[in-house]
Amino acid sequence: MDTSSVAGSQLIVHKRLRTNRIVTTLAFLATGAGLFLLAWILGYLLFKGFTTLSFHLLTMDTPPPGSAGGLANAILGSLLITGIGIGIATPIGILAGTYLIEYGRGSKLAEVIRFVNDMLVSAPSIIVGLFVYQVVVAPMHHFSAWAGAISLAIIALPIIVRTTQDMLQLVPDALREAAYALGAPKWRVIVVVSYRAAFQGMLTGVLLAVARISGETAPLLFTALSNPSSTTNMSQPMATLPVVIYKFAGAPYKDWQDLAWAGALLITFSVLILNVVARSFAPRRN
Amino acid sequence: MTSAAVTATGKTGTRVHPKRIGNILFGGSAWTFGILVLILLAAVMIALVIGAFPAFQQFGISYIWTEAWNPGKDTYGALAPLYGTLISAFIAMIIGVPFSLGIAMFLTELCPTYLKRPISTAVELLAAVPSIIYGMWGLFVLAPLMQKYIEPGVISTFGAIPGVGLLFQGPPYGIGLLTAGVILSAMVLPYMVSIMRDVFETVPPQLRESAYGLGATTWEVVRSVVLPYSRVGVIGAFMLALGRALGETMAVTFVVGNSYHIKASILAPGTTISASLANEFAEADGLQLSALLANGFLLFVLTFSVIGFARVMLLRLQKKYG
Repeated sequence: MDTSSVAGSQLIVHKRLRTNRIVTTLAFLATGAGLFLLAWILGYLLFKGFTTLSFHLLTMDTPPPGSAGGLANAILGSLLITGIGIGIATPIGILAGTYLIEYGRGSKLAEVIRFVNDMLVSAPSIIVGLFVYQVVVAPMHHFSAWAGAISLAIIALPIIVRTTQDMLQLVPDALREAAYALGAPKWRVIVVVSYRAAFQGMLTGVLLAVARISGETAPLLFTALSNPSSTTNMSQPMATLPVVIYKFAGAPYKDWQDLAWAGALLITFSVLILNVVARSFAPRRN
Repeated sequence: MTSAAVTATGKTGTRVHPKRIGNILFGGSAWTFGILVLILLAAVMIALVIGAFPAFQQFGISYIWTEAWNPGKDTYGALAPLYGTLISAFIAMIIGVPFSLGIAMFLTELCPTYLKRPISTAVELLAAVPSIIYGMWGLFVLAPLMQKYIEPGVISTFGAIPGVGLLFQGPPYGIGLLTAGVILSAMVLPYMVSIMRDVFETVPPQLRESAYGLGATTWEVVRSVVLPYSRVGVIGAFMLALGRALGETMAVTFVVGNSYHIKASILAPGTTISASLANEFAEADGLQLSALLANGFLLFVLTFSVIGFARVMLLRLQKKYG
């Protein structure tokens, strides 16, 4: 090798290393930007919402503009609608997921259901709202908390199906076979062996579904609508935190905006805490 | 586990019937609810088609490419919201894709092990923040920033370029399709990152290590080994994020501007299908309601074809490499 080619190859190495340095720096910056965004959003929420946090939030209903109030009706409504929604979705989702793994494994039908379910997981939630409006609100001629709960159930369902299916798949067949060998009927094998082995993962799925639907706004806008006072009547419109936040944040009144920030703080931190708790139940990958 | 199974046989072993009834009931309901998932998708489509029918009957198929939205005269067309939906999602992808590639590359190739879990968790949390919060943040934080600093800069830098400049002209409103796109990019970023990280991890370590062994730099490994190997999954991740961006409602509604006029400039206010639904649906009736449902149907077709394509891609990757 003469000196010029050595210099040439050094030049190439130099260029490659420089490109690498530029790209890795950009990757660092992108990650930094992502983390900064999370900190910015959460920090701003704390900053804006914390001052309005008080006991009144839990005891007083949403006020008309210009007077004092809280978020009691919205918090109650959110708890009710989310609770009933998850109550509808959980048994259906778990059984559907059970079908995919314990009964239909390998069948064409199960494959189609799995595909459709995966599509539903990422379906836009506003479409679900439209659907429930068409099949529940329009025939009944009025908005109701039931309609809200049903739309949240439809959003939670595919999430629960998906995690149930993933978790049941992890249960080793040897466990099932051992139970069969002892003469247990199939349903008992599923309930007593498969469910018990997959319990933590399935619980994670349900909790993640709760976290997801408790922040949903779009499907409630034209199903549960809103209600200025506390109610537990499911066949009437009902206020929920996300819808109240939407309404109050867009309004020109300062006290409404403050309440919206307090509500946003409440809902975000509940959702994030639920997420962390749910993930702590999840079996570690690998 | 086995002891539970033993008691099960102890209880049911002598009686045959209850055992069978249990199987039929349990298996039957599992099957029914499995089928219910399929029915749900079909029912959503049918409900939307029925709701959209009056609008299509009134305006014909040209409803889709007509720019009109006038509740006073009761004439409607889907073009403006459709345009806004596509453009804002497109902007979101242009901003989101390079960022997500960078973060995914950082997580799989550069990140020290002790940071992997916390950063992954942070990304998951970013995905879990409800979209209404992004919407509020967009309205109160991002929109003023865009109006004061970013948009004037964009206008003075790109606005003067002939041709392309048309996209970046006009006054800095702060709200508009560009701001909506920026918020959307922040929203879809964590989805893309978490799928792409999983996809990158399907690359066998031997491939990666042999490339490093030959003296390849990190970037060369990503570009020539990781990306070619996992491209199907990466495209799947992008499409899934695109589906999300097209249908996202609450993050967009506050900042898109709610204007049914199509402007050349992406800085101008516009609307998206989902934003117009959120704003008008609860108070609409008659033909306007049907037109909104027709828009919903178009959104359904749009998102489900994108998501379906994404799922096929991800499924192909899964089948190929387990």
